[in-house]
Amino acid sequence: MKRDLVIIGGGPAGLAAALEAKKNGIDDILILERDKRLGGILQQCIHNGFGLHIFKEQLTGPEYAQRFIDEVERLGIEYKLDTMVLHLGDDKHITAINPKDGLMEIDAKAVVLAMGCRERTRGALNIPGNRPAGVFTAGAAQRFVNMEGYMVGKKVVILGSGDIGLIMARRMTLEGAEVKMVVELMPYSTGLKRNIVQCLEDFDIPLLFSHTVVKIHGKERLEGVTIAKVDENRRPIEGTEEYIECDTLLLSVGLIPENELSREANIKINPVTSGAYVNELMETSIDGIFACGNVVHVHDLVDFVTEESYLAGYGAAMYIKGQYKKDGKRFNTMGVNGIRYVVPNSICPQNVKGSVNFYMRVSDVYHNVNLIVKDGENIIYKSRKNHVSPGEMENVKLSKEVLEKVDGNELVFSLEEVAK
Amino acid sequence: MYDVAIIGAGIVGTSIARELSKFDVSCVVIDKSNDIANGSTKANSGIVHAGYDAKEGTLKAKFNVLGSEMYEGICKELDVPYKRNGSLVLAFSDEDMKHIEMLYNRGLKNGVRELEIIDKNKLLSLEPNLQDNVVGALYAKTGAIVSPFELAIALGENASQNGVEFMLSTVVTKVYKENDLFVIETNNGVIKAQYLVNAAGLFADDINSMLGGQEFKIIPRRGEYCLFDKAVGNMVTRTIFQTPTNKGKGILVSPTVHGNLFVGPNAIEMDKKDDVSTTKEGLEEVIKGGNRSVKGLNPRDIITSFTGVRATPSTGDFVINIPTKNAVNAAGIESPGLTASVAIAPYVVNLLQEQGLRLNRKSDFIATRQNTKLFINMTENEKKEVLKQNPLYGRIICRCEHITEGDIISAINRPLGAKTVDGVKKRVRAGMGRCQGGFCMPRVVEILARELNVSPIEITKSDKDSYILTGETK
Repeated sequence: MKRDLVIIGGGPAGLAAALEAKKNGIDDILILERDKRLGGILQQCIHNGFGLHIFKEQLTGPEYAQRFIDEVERLGIEYKLDTMVLHLGDDKHITAINPKDGLMEIDAKAVVLAMGCRERTRGALNIPGNRPAGVFTAGAAQRFVNMEGYMVGKKVVILGSGDIGLIMARRMTLEGAEVKMVVELMPYSTGLKRNIVQCLEDFDIPLLFSHTVVKIHGKERLEGVTIAKVDENRRPIEGTEEYIECDTLLLSVGLIPENELSREANIKINPVTSGAYVNELMETSIDGIFACGNVVHVHDLVDFVTEESYLAGYGAAMYIKGQYKKDGKRFNTMGVNGIRYVVPNSICPQNVKGSVNFYMRVSDVYHNVNLIVKDGENIIYKSRKNHVSPGEMENVKLSKEVLEKVDGNELVFSLEEVAK
Repeated sequence: MYDVAIIGAGIVGTSIARELSKFDVSCVVIDKSNDIANGSTKANSGIVHAGYDAKEGTLKAKFNVLGSEMYEGICKELDVPYKRNGSLVLAFSDEDMKHIEMLYNRGLKNGVRELEIIDKNKLLSLEPNLQDNVVGALYAKTGAIVSPFELAIALGENASQNGVEFMLSTVVTKVYKENDLFVIETNNGVIKAQYLVNAAGLFADDINSMLGGQEFKIIPRRGEYCLFDKAVGNMVTRTIFQTPTNKGKGILVSPTVHGNLFVGPNAIEMDKKDDVSTTKEGLEEVIKGGNRSVKGLNPRDIITSFTGVRATPSTGDFVINIPTKNAVNAAGIESPGLTASVAIAPYVVNLLQEQGLRLNRKSDFIATRQNTKLFINMTENEKKEVLKQNPLYGRIICRCEHITEGDIISAINRPLGAKTVDGVKKRVRAGMGRCQGGFCMPRVVEILARELNVSPIEITKSDKDSYILTGETK
């Protein structure tokens, strides 16, 4: 089958990309979604706090998703559920499968990658001890509790103060479980401040910084964990071990963009983000393959995913219509001095529509710094920040006019201390 | 009443059961766990050893070489993944080279075919990712790899097809003789048999004591492993051993039949037989040991780690003997036990025959067992065909390994099929990949509950107390 645009993933990223491509004149769109419903991970995020930027109101995850799903339905954009993409080639040939259509071979003019991310596991952390039942990634537990309607435990320890872990601390408490503590390896939280307040502090759940789980106990079902304090190199300090009795350990220890298909298509992956390098229209290193959302870099807020995905949908539409010019002047972006990464990675100003929102993460907690953007020695943007943290994504919006004036071949983002 | 009762459904017990099922013999296999291969068989290196390692004249040497020769045929009959990838014993010094010569000569005496001592150049041309300070190696082309638990499951299934009964979740509490019959008391009632085989693995010394056999001890020895992502599964293609030193046997680096890579095991004597926990020190030790052989192993690529416990006999060699009339011990089957087990089986059957068990070959013995062919391994035509018959083969449940709902249902509905999440994992690899079941585990629970017609709350990870869910939400 031949299609103009195939979008891999029907979560918030894929839905927004589809809507924007349609708006820009692409009618032949197919969304491939592996789950039973559209909406991606938002389906199981039944708490509120979504949509503050895009809709200026607080929505639950399913509500936020539904706004996009309704629009997709209204515009008659085709989607296939229960559909897994097995292969993606750099020629934009896709092999996909579902129970209804069986194996499908699809040639697309353009592809948008919107596969999202997966959770880091106990295995990836290599936590020693037994391998009993009762050790879940926070997202798997969330699926059981919020979608399947089953509780996963009664006495809970949560490792990692990522947002899903914080949200699950509250959720498990509301369901009657005793959440004994959240243990965080770093000296700061990797989750949003508002989640720490609303999910832990409001329920008197202790949050232990610079601690980790060093051993898992229990032959069949989890019986307890040993926690320990860690030093500045994140190594457990001997003598600080403490046994905590629990039947459940939830892991919220980071998300990894799911780029198995991207790698297969020879797309260049940024080792810092584990996502594809992308340009001003969210195009990857492979011609006509775009990417957006958590498959590019892990976001804190779905609102930013939506914005980024609109851009990818627009880019794909321009590409299909032949209006996307690749011959113009181009420069790269780079993060130094406390800026761990910047997305997008390169900009061709002539393709920019209005402005570019640059997303970035800092590498540590800093106070009283300026976030500056330099073109050579020339400072083209400066913003004072009282507090920045790796747990909260920063963004800088630069207009097309500003970008067109960039002289050098690199735009450098950095932090500098504020002179006292 | 049975002709033969076998205690233990690991690789040894299932091998013997399958061998007995060739004859008109009524046979039952008893195991305390709720699945085949839940002990040492589940967690070991999965190596079919060539046979140069065990000292000449030992049972280990004898059955290793015999077993190695039999393996390919049995795996073919039973449709089990097996790969003759060859193995290398690395030498890092002249002293190591001397040891390797000794192994070479021992191998020749043991009757190992296709052994060769190779120099550094040849070694690095075979395996370019080895460390630069290697000086040479013993190359055993007959070394192979296998999926040990899949083989035990296949042996069990085939035995079951041929009439052997399996009593799982059945704990033997007492064994005694009454009127020339063995009386086996269990939590599931009393089982009587004329002949008894002790293949109880780590607990074989306890059963031997109940039988009044000459005393030996099983010393549990832990071996820790780290399993790496398939993305780095081709760093080596052969099984990489190190020259044993007086400090120990050295750490292996090996591909698995499914394309992962593992490092391990260490060897730590323990007090408890059922302690399968890993330790920080142990995991560090095996990673360090792997780095000694292979360049560029990155701990970030580890997807899981685990411990296997070896059943090391106090006698130093396999204990295959007659503890009391009409019984046979097949005990202390530590490395190279996986390799040896298929050769031990006919020998044990022979010992039973010598004690009077009448063996008449079945005319209707089913020699082959066909495994569920995973959708992902099918040809394009097979895929189309199976999808026409069962659309559920079109629903991918395990994203990492591309395992479909059809594959999982088939694993559940096979003879001696999967009843637990780990049972599914052992049979069709759902949850075996890099996300370690993060996405598919809830789906697997749902499918198990539906197929077994129970509530999801009753589904366990492995044995009966490994419950996953604690109840419904409010």
